[in-house]
Amino acid sequence: MMESHRQRAIVSDQSRPLLKRYARLQYDPVRSAWALLSPEKVFWPDEVSLDILKLCDGRHTVLQIVAELAGQYDAAGEDIAPDVEEFLQEWSDRFLVTL
Amino acid sequence: MSDTLLPPIGMLAELTHRCPLQCVYCSNPLELLKADKELSTDAWLALFEEAADLGVLQIHLSGGEPTLRPDLEQFVSCLSRRGVYTNLITAGVGIAEGRLERLRDAGLDHLQLSIQGAHAPTTEKIGNHRGAQEKKLEVARKVVELGLPLTINAPIHRHNIEEVPAFIDLALSLGAQRLEIANVQYAGWALLNRNALMPDREAVERQVEIVEEAQWRLQGILAIDFVAPDYFAIYPKPCMGGWARDAFMVAPDGKVLPCHAAGTIPTLHFERFGEASLTDIWAHSEAFNAFRGDDWMLEPCRSCDRKEIDWGGCRCQAMAIAGNAAATDPACIKSPLHSRMASLIGEANAIPSSNAEDFRYRRIGRA
Repeated sequence: MMESHRQRAIVSDQSRPLLKRYARLQYDPVRSAWALLSPEKVFWPDEVSLDILKLCDGRHTVLQIVAELAGQYDAAGEDIAPDVEEFLQEWSDRFLVTL
Repeated sequence: MSDTLLPPIGMLAELTHRCPLQCVYCSNPLELLKADKELSTDAWLALFEEAADLGVLQIHLSGGEPTLRPDLEQFVSCLSRRGVYTNLITAGVGIAEGRLERLRDAGLDHLQLSIQGAHAPTTEKIGNHRGAQEKKLEVARKVVELGLPLTINAPIHRHNIEEVPAFIDLALSLGAQRLEIANVQYAGWALLNRNALMPDREAVERQVEIVEEAQWRLQGILAIDFVAPDYFAIYPKPCMGGWARDAFMVAPDGKVLPCHAAGTIPTLHFERFGEASLTDIWAHSEAFNAFRGDDWMLEPCRSCDRKEIDWGGCRCQAMAIAGNAAATDPACIKSPLHSRMASLIGEANAIPSSNAEDFRYRRIGRA
């Protein structure tokens, strides 16, 4: 197998997730909704997903994203952290986010 | 139709039928259009502008070989300006020096490269083109070097099904993000060559195991999409996500169709862009409305609890095998004609391997 130089990225609270250049988050005026355009598929993120994706700017760490969302949603960071990390791992596995 | 009609999300633009390769599995129609029938640069640009207005978010630029159109950069740049996601579907042969850079600079979002064999002789045999593999690999390397995301499309059939593990290694070594292991769909030239292309059941089952293991092993490393072979299936695919539901295609001459094989349904008439607007065609074309929703469905589809999962399957396959475009896709186990699929596999497999390369190559004017 020739996969030696390629490894699955695993999320940690110090990861600084960044939306891939080829995954485009844009507002669609025809449908009045946010769309995420990717190589073969268009995603329609719900409000929470959208709030996470908007923070995937390569500057915020996962810890900071959790803190930011906890503030926005008036929730405890430790309650939402597992969901945020699971979401980011899934989007990394789909090659839409770099961790 | 009781449901509200939603705008289309995706569009396949077959910019030309011309192609340097002559692949025996090609899904283009047998009656290929010559260059003089192709839409002009201005007509395509007007069509793309209207598609964006209509709500199309993603356009697959295909063919034939789309890079044979010298105006491709203009199309990409127009779509990019409108925020439409562009996916170039290319065979990667005959792309001039500097072209990929120009396409990237014009705003191309993604490139899908077809590779007919993991090994050069297979690629040369299927596409009837010497030296094709080397050119394809060169294109793949260049695409990755330019920072464009790369999908490798591997169309699978009897002559390369044993190369699936090698395709996976190749996609990894090239640095592709995605690999499509796409079993050939029998439309167009593939239907003409069906007996020469049909794999046997054991090979298909082995392939499924190999792909499932690799998908698990390579999670987060390489995305592997599997397009299952219809003739071996239990349930049909939701072809195009449902007829005229969220996507459509445009032929090189501007004819607008719900899918690339829809022209094989003789009762349907398709309008050309220019004779009518895309907006009109999407909403009012009789051909588009013919199989929308479920009013057209016959039994067993009509009362089936899967009808909004697969929308009755592929209309063109129903036409080709059941002789009726409104019939249940015979790929479905509930179709009264389902056993016909097994007979067709049997007929093809009965052909001795010495005759299995009796190909009818894809050529303009020579079906």
